[in-house]
Parts: sequence; C-alpha cells; structure tokens
Amino acid sequence: MSDVAHPAAPDHPATPGSAVPPDYLHDGHTLRSWLFTTDHKRIAILFALSITLFFFIGAIAISVVRLELVTPAGDLVSDDTYNKMFTLHGIVMVWFFLIPSIPATFGNFLLPLMIGAKDLAFPRINVLSWYLYVAGALLTVVTIIAGGVDTGWTFYVPYSTMFSNTAVLTAAMGVFVNGFSSVLTGVNFIATTHVLRAPGMTWFRLPLFVWAMYATSLVMVLATPVLAMTLLLIVVERWFDLPVFDASRGGDPLLFQHLFWFYSHPAVYIMVLPAMGVASELIACFARRRLFGYSFMVYALVAIAVIGFFVWGHHMFVSGQSPYANVVFSFLSFMVAVPSAIKVFNWTATLYRGSIGFDAPMLYAFGFLGLFTIGGLTGLFLATVPIDIHVTDTYFVVAHFHYIMVGGTVSAFFGALHFWWPKITGRLYPETLARIAAVLMFFGFNLTFFPQFVMGYLGMPRRYHVYPPEFQIYHVLSTSGAALLGVAYVMPLFYLIWSFRWGARAGANPWRAKGLEWQAPSPPPRDNFLTPPVVGEPYDYHPPEGPTAAEEQVA
Amino acid sequence: MSGAFLKPPFENLERQHVAVSFGMWIFLGSEILLFAGLFAGYGVYRNLCPDGFLAAGRETDIVYGTINTAILMTSSLAIAVAGRAARAGFGKMAWRLLIATIVLGLLFLVLKGFEYREDIEKHLIPGAGFPLAQKGAQIFFTYYWVMTGVHAIHVTCGLIAVGRLAVAGRRNLAWLAGSASEDATALYWHLVDVIWIVLYPLLYLTGRAHG
Repeated sequence: MSDVAHPAAPDHPATPGSAVPPDYLHDGHTLRSWLFTTDHKRIAILFALSITLFFFIGAIAISVVRLELVTPAGDLVSDDTYNKMFTLHGIVMVWFFLIPSIPATFGNFLLPLMIGAKDLAFPRINVLSWYLYVAGALLTVVTIIAGGVDTGWTFYVPYSTMFSNTAVLTAAMGVFVNGFSSVLTGVNFIATTHVLRAPGMTWFRLPLFVWAMYATSLVMVLATPVLAMTLLLIVVERWFDLPVFDASRGGDPLLFQHLFWFYSHPAVYIMVLPAMGVASELIACFARRRLFGYSFMVYALVAIAVIGFFVWGHHMFVSGQSPYANVVFSFLSFMVAVPSAIKVFNWTATLYRGSIGFDAPMLYAFGFLGLFTIGGLTGLFLATVPIDIHVTDTYFVVAHFHYIMVGGTVSAFFGALHFWWPKITGRLYPETLARIAAVLMFFGFNLTFFPQFVMGYLGMPRRYHVYPPEFQIYHVLSTSGAALLGVAYVMPLFYLIWSFRWGARAGANPWRAKGLEWQAPSPPPRDNFLTPPVVGEPYDYHPPEGPTAAEEQVA
Repeated sequence: MSGAFLKPPFENLERQHVAVSFGMWIFLGSEILLFAGLFAGYGVYRNLCPDGFLAAGRETDIVYGTINTAILMTSSLAIAVAGRAARAGFGKMAWRLLIATIVLGLLFLVLKGFEYREDIEKHLIPGAGFPLAQKGAQIFFTYYWVMTGVHAIHVTCGLIAVGRLAVAGRRNLAWLAGSASEDATALYWHLVDVIWIVLYPLLYLTGRAHG
C-alpha cells in the first residue's frame, strides 16, 4: 500500500467565498492557547506529551532493574534501591502510561472524529482530566524526590500501612488523584458516544475503536472509584493510625486484596480493550476487508468488560481465600477467554482473501495479534488453580502480563501512532525506518519476555534482587532483549519528530481508509469537518459495486 | 435567548440538556461505586465482628443523626422544587429555594461539627483511650469517620455547586430555567442525600434494635 501515490491536492476544496479555517495545530500559537484549550485534539496532544515523559521515566527505572539482574549477585544497586525501582516502574507504567495511553490520546483525538462530532460532550471537563493527570503525576514526582516507594505497585497491606518507611502517602495520593482523571475521561466518552453521533451513525455502524472506548469507559467509571477509596483507606490507616486492615486490631488484610483487585483486574481491560479497538481498525484497513463478524466483535468487547469485573479472585489463589471461591474465580477467568478468542479468530478471518499491505501499522497489528494470543493463552495456565499455585509470584506471571500489556497494548499503541500520525500531524512518517522499528520491537519484546516464561516455570521468583546462578542465562537474554526493545522505542521518537517538520504532506486519507476521521482534513481544523461527514456502513472496504481487492492491487 | 445557554460542541439546546444530565447520571454511578468500596468493607467487618459493631453503633449520637437526616432530605425537596419552579416561570421562588437548600446544607455541616466535637469528647477516635473493648468496635469508628468525612466533602462540593447556581441565578433568573446546570446540580445534591440515607441506618441504627 505504501506504493500508492498520496494525493497532494487538497481533498476538501473550500467552498468559494469562505476562508479555510486553520488546522488545530495552527489555531493559536501561545502557550496559553495550549494550556487553556478545550479542543479534544489539543488535549490529546497534551496527554501524549505527558505520558511519553512518564513512559521514559518508567523505562529508566526498569533499565536499572534489568541491569542489576545481569549478574546473580546484588552488585549494581542496593536491595532497597532495587525495590524502589521496580515499584516506580510499576506505578508509573500502569497509572501514568498504560491506563491513559490509548484512551486519553487516540481516544480523545479520534472519538469525536470517528462519530462525526465537533468535540467531546464536555470539553472543559476534558481539559480538567488532563490537569488531574498532571496533579497526580506531580505527586509521583514528589514521591521520587522524597526517596521513592518500595511496596510494589500493588500497595499490599500490612506492608504499605505498617512497615514500609518510604513515601507511600504521596505515591498513593498520586494514584488517587489520577483516578479522577480516568473517571472524568470515561464519563465524557460515554456521554459523547450517546449524544453526539452524527446523523446516520447508528450504534452498529460505530467503528470498533469507538466501541472499545465505550467499553473501556464503562470499566473506568465503575472500577476506578473503588481503587480510589481503597487507597484512601491506606492513607487513613497509615497517616491517622485508624484501624482498617490491621489484623492486630481486628482488621482483615485480605479485604484490601479483594478491593484492590476489584479495580486492578478490570484495569487490565482498561489497558487492553483500547488495543483491541486499534487492532480492528488497522487489520480491516490493511487487509482491505470488511471486519469479519462485526457484531460479534462488539458483543465480545462488552462481554470482556462485564466478565472482567468478576474474575479478580484469580490474583488471590494462594492468599488463603476459600477453595470454593478459587473454583468459581477460575471458571470465570476461563469464561473471559471465550470472547477474547472470538476476537482473535475474527481478526484472523478478516485477513482471509484480503489484499494485505505490510505497512508499519499493520506490522504492529500483527505483533499485537501474536503477542496478545500468547499472553491470553498463558492467562489460561494461570487461571488453572494447580498451575497457578506452582508459578505464583514467579517470572511466569511477569511474562504473562507483559505479553498482554506491553506485547498487546504497547504494540497497538505504536500501531495507532503510525496509522493516525498523518491525521494528527498532516505528515507522513518514513516507512522503511518505521518497518524496521516495528520488527525490532517484536523481536526485542520476545527476547525480553519469552525467557521469563521459562525461568518462571523453573522457579525464578519475581521481585528478587539476588538469585541462584542457574537462572543467569535467562536474565542475560532478557536484559539484552530489553536493550533491543529500548532501541525500538527510541527510534520512532526521532523519526516521528523529524517527519513532523520534514515529512511529506499526507493529504486527508493516505491509507484510503473508511472511517469518518479520514473525511476530515489532515490535520483537522478546530471543528473537525469542513463539510458534514457522510456516514456509511463501517469497514466498507469492498462494496459490491466497487473494484475487487485484486483489481485494486493492479490499479 | 436560548443561544446564551448553548455551549460548543452542541448545536441544539435540548441535546445539550440530555447530555448534561446523562453525563451526571454516569458520574453518579461512579460516585456510588466510590462509596460501595466503603459499604463492602463495612459489610465484611459487620459480619466478622458483630458484637463490636453493635456495641459501637450504640455510641453514635442518634439525635444529631436523625435531625441531620431530616435536614438533608428537606434540602433535597427544596432543590427539586426549585427546578420545577424555575421552569414554570417562578424565577424568584426558585432562587429562594436554592438559598434554602444552601442554608439547610450548611446547617447539616454545622450540626455534624457539633456531633464530631461530642464524639471527640467521648474519645470515640480509634486508638489509645477508646472506651469500647469489643473486637471490631474501633474499626466501626474508622468507618464512621471515613464515611461521614467523605460524605461531608461531598456536601461541601454540592454546596459550592448550588452556590454557583444561586450566584448566577441572582444575576439572571432566566438562566436558572434555561441552563442544564440546574438539573445536573440537583441530581448531584440528591446523590449526597441518598448516600446519607444509606449511612444513617449503617451508623446510627445499628445495635439499637433492642434498646
């Protein structure tokens, strides 16, 4: 597809007599025009810049961890520093990168465009979401300056409330404040999808990315407040010394785990549902096929979001909860695999008889597909109680959730970044470099995390600073993979910045994609569309009257 | 006239009204889950330490609790009627009812403050000097302080929102009838009321069934 000529002529000739409005990037140049903007596209950019910063903070933290693990001895950093580094990595990556990653950036930018709206329903609340994110992020920075926190991202009691002598309060408050950012984004997305769809944009014509945002928003709105309250209870117990979870005063530490995972398991779906939405857009476009089983894809998204609320106990199989609870949670966890598998099969079926283009976004989408499948299948291992007891708190678990969150979500994030880059900036990125980065990311990722499955299965516990020498080979492989992965993450940073200034002009629709966002100019003006968008069937890549995929290829 | 209330990205006032109250409903769902974390914990400990919870429940001040329940419910009535009055053209009356809501809300907070002072005098703060020995009694009072405290923060936020309506409505009575803010604010205020209606039996009626 990259050999298709990108039309240089404006796709939307302005109606005679009316001036063309400036695009959103040039609609005001002052700092003030950015910081007090209510434009969903500018807010998306603000979020993108902030989460990129935190992505690199989290990456630096884990680099220290991976370097430390090159040798079995604790020779690079002290055990205290090691604990603070993996905790910082977890907190920053989960709450300040992954949770807002796709929704707050691409969701913010694309949701109104995809449904043919001028903006989100509540533009001022949208910018408030960003300020709340910044406030939470600043508290996290304060935590780092105050010496860090060593509880792990899970804040388990009684360690976090009674024993840890690190900056638990600011860390917990940072996550607490950031939670309101998620809730407000979720409220905004849900209301927007309900009330601002363009005429003709019925629910079952919505692109799957919009459905994914909708399902994600439901989880954000209903799960996040429970985490907020749980963290508040930690603050109450630690700061005011009021008993909540303290077993010596009648409290139950397991209650904390239940409340925490009631949020934090659905949080996994906050991370991966948007990635599924991105994959659906990318695969349909680059296979030039209508998405296979559209309505099943919708039901599967909603089913995952709903069932995801009832599986939290699989994080607690060895906590001493009732064995009957274990059986039920195990069964429900298997249930989540059904809609997830439907999605994987439908993406694969979409490729059948497609005219597949191997552009960078599609390479990322393929990466997502394969890595998510491995992550999902190993999730079934972990949902099986006897196997979970064997591998609990080992690198097997670490590898599993990184396959979902990094292999799945981060691959999709980069796929989305390349796919919509022309829409966001009006410029094309350098295709060859992007393909190299995509392939490098796939190999770097597997080299980092596949050895972790093996060493975890052999008994290497997670969060250990010093380990028996027989595991060294796996750690060395993993660390060298992480170095490759680092290169694959930094490459786009450079060539995308380059293309923003010097890349070729993109035109409105360089991919000949079918979503409404491609009917707007690139980059879109403040109100998105110059003429009201024309709504048709979703993913109409091979209309009966149009050319077949083979003819398209020849053309 | 209606053009003054219309805010981008909306092109039609009715749609904007639907969006604002729908958005508020979604947010209220989120708020209920916020308190649900507390209700769940309360339920678990009520079950684990029934004696402590019953004994501790008898220590809260039922007089303050009951009067405050009546005050808050009356304030909800006032703001509900205010919306109807504004839309029916009784702008002045609507504005007075908003002031009544604010006065009742403030009264609730003042009485809550007196109640807190009494609780502190009775050493009902978990820790050294706590009067009850039963297991779980201290946890009951942790929940008492957190639940009423978080609720009081909600009352304060609600008062700020109603205050904003009253200030804007004083300048322009038609604004009250036309703006979607009135509906959304009233919904929020009702939530504050509804949460209290759940807190009242949990904190004040527990343990009092047999004297």
